Amino acid sequence: MKKMLTGAQILLEVLQEQGVEVIFGYPGGAVINLYDHLPDYDCRHFLVRHEQAAVHAADGYARATGKTGVALVTSGPGATNTVTGLATAYMDSIPMVVFSGQVPTPLIGNDAFQEADIVGITRPCTKHNYLVKRVEDLERIINEAFHIANSGRPGPVLIDLPKDVIGGKCAKKKPEKPVLKGYNPNYAGHPGQVQRAMQQIFKAKRPLFYVGGGVILGDAAEALTELARKLRIPVTTTLMGLGAFPEDDPLSLGMLGMHGTYRANMAVTESDVMVAFGARFDDRVTGRIDQFAPGAKIIHVDIDPTSISKNVVVDIPIVGDVGDVLGKMLEVVENSPDEASRCASGHDEWLEKIAYWRDLHKLSYEQDTEEIKPQFVVEKISELTRDLNPIVSTEVGQNQMWAAQFFTFTQPRSWLTSGGLGTMGYGLPAAMGAQVAFPGRLVLDIAGDGSIQMNIQELATVVQYNLPVKVIILNNGYLGMVRQWQELFFDRHYSSTRMNHAPDFVKLAEAYGALGLRAEKPGEVEETLKKAFAHPGPVIVDFKVAAEENVYPMVPAGEAISNMLLV
Amino acid sequence: MRKHIISVLVENEFGVLSRIASLFSGRGFNIESLTVAETDDATVSSMTIVTTGDDHIIEQITKQLNKLINVIKVVELTEATQMAREMVLLKFASGSGGKRLELLRLVEVYQGRVLELGARSLVVELTGSRDKIEAALKVLAPFGIREMARTGLVALGRNGIK
Repeated sequence: MKKMLTGAQILLEVLQEQGVEVIFGYPGGAVINLYDHLPDYDCRHFLVRHEQAAVHAADGYARATGKTGVALVTSGPGATNTVTGLATAYMDSIPMVVFSGQVPTPLIGNDAFQEADIVGITRPCTKHNYLVKRVEDLERIINEAFHIANSGRPGPVLIDLPKDVIGGKCAKKKPEKPVLKGYNPNYAGHPGQVQRAMQQIFKAKRPLFYVGGGVILGDAAEALTELARKLRIPVTTTLMGLGAFPEDDPLSLGMLGMHGTYRANMAVTESDVMVAFGARFDDRVTGRIDQFAPGAKIIHVDIDPTSISKNVVVDIPIVGDVGDVLGKMLEVVENSPDEASRCASGHDEWLEKIAYWRDLHKLSYEQDTEEIKPQFVVEKISELTRDLNPIVSTEVGQNQMWAAQFFTFTQPRSWLTSGGLGTMGYGLPAAMGAQVAFPGRLVLDIAGDGSIQMNIQELATVVQYNLPVKVIILNNGYLGMVRQWQELFFDRHYSSTRMNHAPDFVKLAEAYGALGLRAEKPGEVEETLKKAFAHPGPVIVDFKVAAEENVYPMVPAGEAISNMLLV
Repeated sequence: MRKHIISVLVENEFGVLSRIASLFSGRGFNIESLTVAETDDATVSSMTIVTTGDDHIIEQITKQLNKLINVIKVVELTEATQMAREMVLLKFASGSGGKRLELLRLVEVYQGRVLELGARSLVVELTGSRDKIEAALKVLAPFGIREMARTGLVALGRNGIK
């Protein structure tokens, strides 16, 4: 007779089969049986201080590694606290499985203690979700969830586990590949479409690659870089695509969009063929949609058919995995050496024009001797860590945009930021998750004084597990991005954006058991950063920066991206 | 903005209907009517959704439906390729004399059936294309419709459409 296991044991065994090494979680009544068995398994569990942080940590872990992140929470409030984390991961297509406890099945619907309809609540912010009604279904559902989370366009999956299902018993089966009638993502790009796209690219006079997070998720940065260099085609990346193409390459235009570089936005506007790889024409990228790449034939490569022709009409759609498509494109280049070399040598005029735009308006700021400019801090971080291959996370707002603009990204999977949802409080727990995956790497959270306070409780977690995350606060005493909009578009009416009561971050770091540092003068920046990076444990650095510095360039919402405010 | 009929095969699991409904509400698509019932295969249900939108919206609707894990197949039925029927139940005051006879005659014209003829009320069943139902309702309205229940369209593709 087969050995009978409890639902809790089955779950933990299946996690092991799935190769899960790390769980971020928070216990509670509904999952107490699971926690009881947890120490019997090889999986490491990290006790966070708020369930939202468990999900962001699993997200940061997933972004940095490419593996599926796992979080475990209890029912009711434990489950509802995961919603922001799930929505964050859903918007950025991050593979993740979140387990939530649930009241026993006979009590579901009775307004029981710590009951919430989390499957109903999370339906629109998960790729898929499940309520497990019988312990016999548990194993199949977990395997399906991992399959769904990390295939096709990745995304978070939630599994709701009633207490009697976790406690129920049944036999464990052999691992088997899930069969889903309605889910069969298409990986192989259509060769005919690839051929058509390449003919269009070969003919282009002013081609441009527009690269999004899909290239990172699809582990296709290398192939993309090879194709761009072979054909000498300039590359602009979205916020999510940073790291997909080395920014120290002369073909790199940096980021495009609302806070994109002048040369990137101008190149988009004047391009004649634009190839979008794993990008989704988000409104923060396109600005006014009918003025976005108005003269370009658009080729769109994406694994998700719903992304194609959603916001802009596409001339050549290619549904498929971006790595597969890039591989096929490189084959075409290989087989058409004459066309390829003609293409590569035919863009001189275009590249000169881009160089002209680059020199006309570089990303810039003025660093005087009195006040620290936030851009200066980011630039220093980039300079000092050039050879350290650091992982950089951010919060959301000005800190995020300055990090995106002034850090030189050269590696994929080293940039963790909430792009789609724009979740303040994301950076610290995400950095924590990445540090768990890479204990030896330098992991930084570039933060603002506002957003760091949204999940500051996780300092306790990083200290407890000695995760040496470095939190760099660009402290301007404002909710800076909103203040910037108020300055520019609301006649400097700073309604509720002045945060003139904040904790003393140095003392706060010390209270949690971390190292706290502060710098107030430009001359102290480098020294302070070096000290922070050299410290073996977690550090908070409080940089008092210029209060009313703005992020430029800026495309006012709804305007054409060629219409930038530059100073 | 044309009317479109979309036929959707889904896994017969709890929560699937709300996934479809929340997809439509969350993305601002219209649902004019939606019917759902089991097919000959008990693990599969068939839905017929009537919606409106331009070609771009209909394309997004079908793609988004396809993206749902529990959706097995989505077919957009155009007028040339579909047969669509709707049923309506109508309750009238039973009336008397010439008025009642006229009502019964008109019900016959529309190939309706009388389900109940009581002292106080008369219940009629009508089945047909949406146009036919609309026409019948216009003609029957003057008799004073007390209550009405409509199923919404169910539809099948014609030969060769699977």
